[in-house]
Amino acid sequence: MKGPGFLESIEAACPGAVVGSQLEALDPWIEIAPARIAEVCQWLKSRGEPRFDSLQCITAVDWLETDPKKAAKVSWQPHLEMVYHLWSTPARATLVLKVKLPRWSGDVAGHLPEIPSVAGVWRTADWHEREVYDLSGVSFSGHPDLRRILCPEDWVGYPLRKDYEMPTEYHGIRCR
Amino acid sequence: MPDLIEDDPRIIEFDVRTDEMLVNMGPQHPSTHGVLRLVLRTDGEIVSETEPHIGYLHRCAEKIGENLTPRQWIPYTDRLDYLAAMNMNLGWALTVEKLMRHEVGEKARHLRVLIAELNRISSHLVGMGAYGLDLGTFSPFLYAFRERERILDLFEEACGARLTYSYITVGGATADLPPGWLQRCEAFLDQFEPIIKEYHALLTTNAIFVKRTAGIGVLSRAMAIDYGCSGPVLRGSGVDQDLRRDGESLYTGMYDGYAFEVAVQKEGRYPRDHSYPTVPSEAVLGDCWHRFFVRMLEVVQSMDLVRQAIDRYAACPEPLPEPLKLFEKLPVGDAYLETEAPKGQMGFYVVGNGTSIPWRVRARSSSFSNLSVTHELCRGCLIADVPAIVGSLDIVMGEIDR
Repeated sequence: MKGPGFLESIEAACPGAVVGSQLEALDPWIEIAPARIAEVCQWLKSRGEPRFDSLQCITAVDWLETDPKKAAKVSWQPHLEMVYHLWSTPARATLVLKVKLPRWSGDVAGHLPEIPSVAGVWRTADWHEREVYDLSGVSFSGHPDLRRILCPEDWVGYPLRKDYEMPTEYHGIRCR
Repeated sequence: MPDLIEDDPRIIEFDVRTDEMLVNMGPQHPSTHGVLRLVLRTDGEIVSETEPHIGYLHRCAEKIGENLTPRQWIPYTDRLDYLAAMNMNLGWALTVEKLMRHEVGEKARHLRVLIAELNRISSHLVGMGAYGLDLGTFSPFLYAFRERERILDLFEEACGARLTYSYITVGGATADLPPGWLQRCEAFLDQFEPIIKEYHALLTTNAIFVKRTAGIGVLSRAMAIDYGCSGPVLRGSGVDQDLRRDGESLYTGMYDGYAFEVAVQKEGRYPRDHSYPTVPSEAVLGDCWHRFFVRMLEVVQSMDLVRQAIDRYAACPEPLPEPLKLFEKLPVGDAYLETEAPKGQMGFYVVGNGTSIPWRVRARSSSFSNLSVTHELCRGCLIADVPAIVGSLDIVMGEIDR
């Protein structure tokens, strides 16, 4: 979604929620403050023009360079990035929202970062958020049923984190 | 479902006291769609709650993708929707090409349309045959597989594999079609066209089939959009959306100049450029019958597209371009692209960081969202209708569990 004035209309409806944007990228994106994501999504779905009535995908990208040599060269700090791909059925337009999260809440390893759930906005988000929780370790506050979806319920760790270590065994089954 | 009243002669077990019971369906193949487990909360024959448990086929394909170059990951995309592997290859190849701002030539474009639409036919044939199995009729499955076999033979000739093709790849396709392939493909289409009538006689207009599917599992338009349903499931609910026409220009450009009409019911009627059977009076828009019917229409539509693609492909004199190098460097940035796979909209997301191995790979599968609507559709239905409803969504566990 690149239309003129679109970014301004979000800013007018949710002041302070937009913290950055990159409109020249291949898929132009808007960065939203973590605490405001559900509010912005609700507005985009029910009031914005065009209405983004459908959610395509939620992705979490773990920005962590595990190799210390390469880590010294990268320009970013380790963080998690949530990417929301929205779709408007009437306008046939796409919109990308990004949210930056710390890798661990309060920098304590094992404490999952938290973000408001958008499952109340689009029902698609219910399973997508469960998947992100399962594989990338993000906690969604206000989610109706947050538990693992693809991995077994007693699985340890979050496989899509860059520093994930595959367990050597699971209930007596050798894993590697 | 109408209210149950005591005098209703259909309710033979009404005077039998029933208790709430949890019933497990699966996780062994409930109906050839893959390993899915459904936990049903039932009271007598009535299902009050359905909970799908997925993940039995989980291979963490996305993590594997973070350790391979895009072309090396192509064989893993085969195993997402293994019934439409060509369409999976295409989705991933286009996404990477989008990130690299690479455009394939005319010849590769028509070859891709040709192959993708042929695979759509074979995927819908499995969907149709397996749906018959779900409902307890075995013969349509045999008829569907007879024709699917011919398509697999054609694919085998083109790329050597019958199921996991890895044929369409970043920058084009791995090889050109062998000599005489187009004639054999045309011969298949000529032989296939009259057979579609048989399918309609076996299932679409079959009185028992209509009784089992019409008015069952009605998915409203709003719910379909809210749950992110796509493909025939979305169009079966009357939403006029097909990414081949409505998607990003990078993808719709592939179908530039092709004539086709989206298979969706508009103002109470389906597009009528072929002799389709009429919609039975019991059918409600959004029910199992409509989802099935949209697939049957798409078989004919794809056949048309294959014919158009054959002519265009044959008219391109230049040789097929070589695919990109295996270790081609990806630019910094991210790209997301959805394509119209047979089961619905298949999305791929790729993040590049300047090396040849992507930083992050994501596959958003249509069946994942399509399956998540089950608990809404199955609320209040009979146990026997659960396979009818889940089957009508035409899911493949490979792409749900990834």
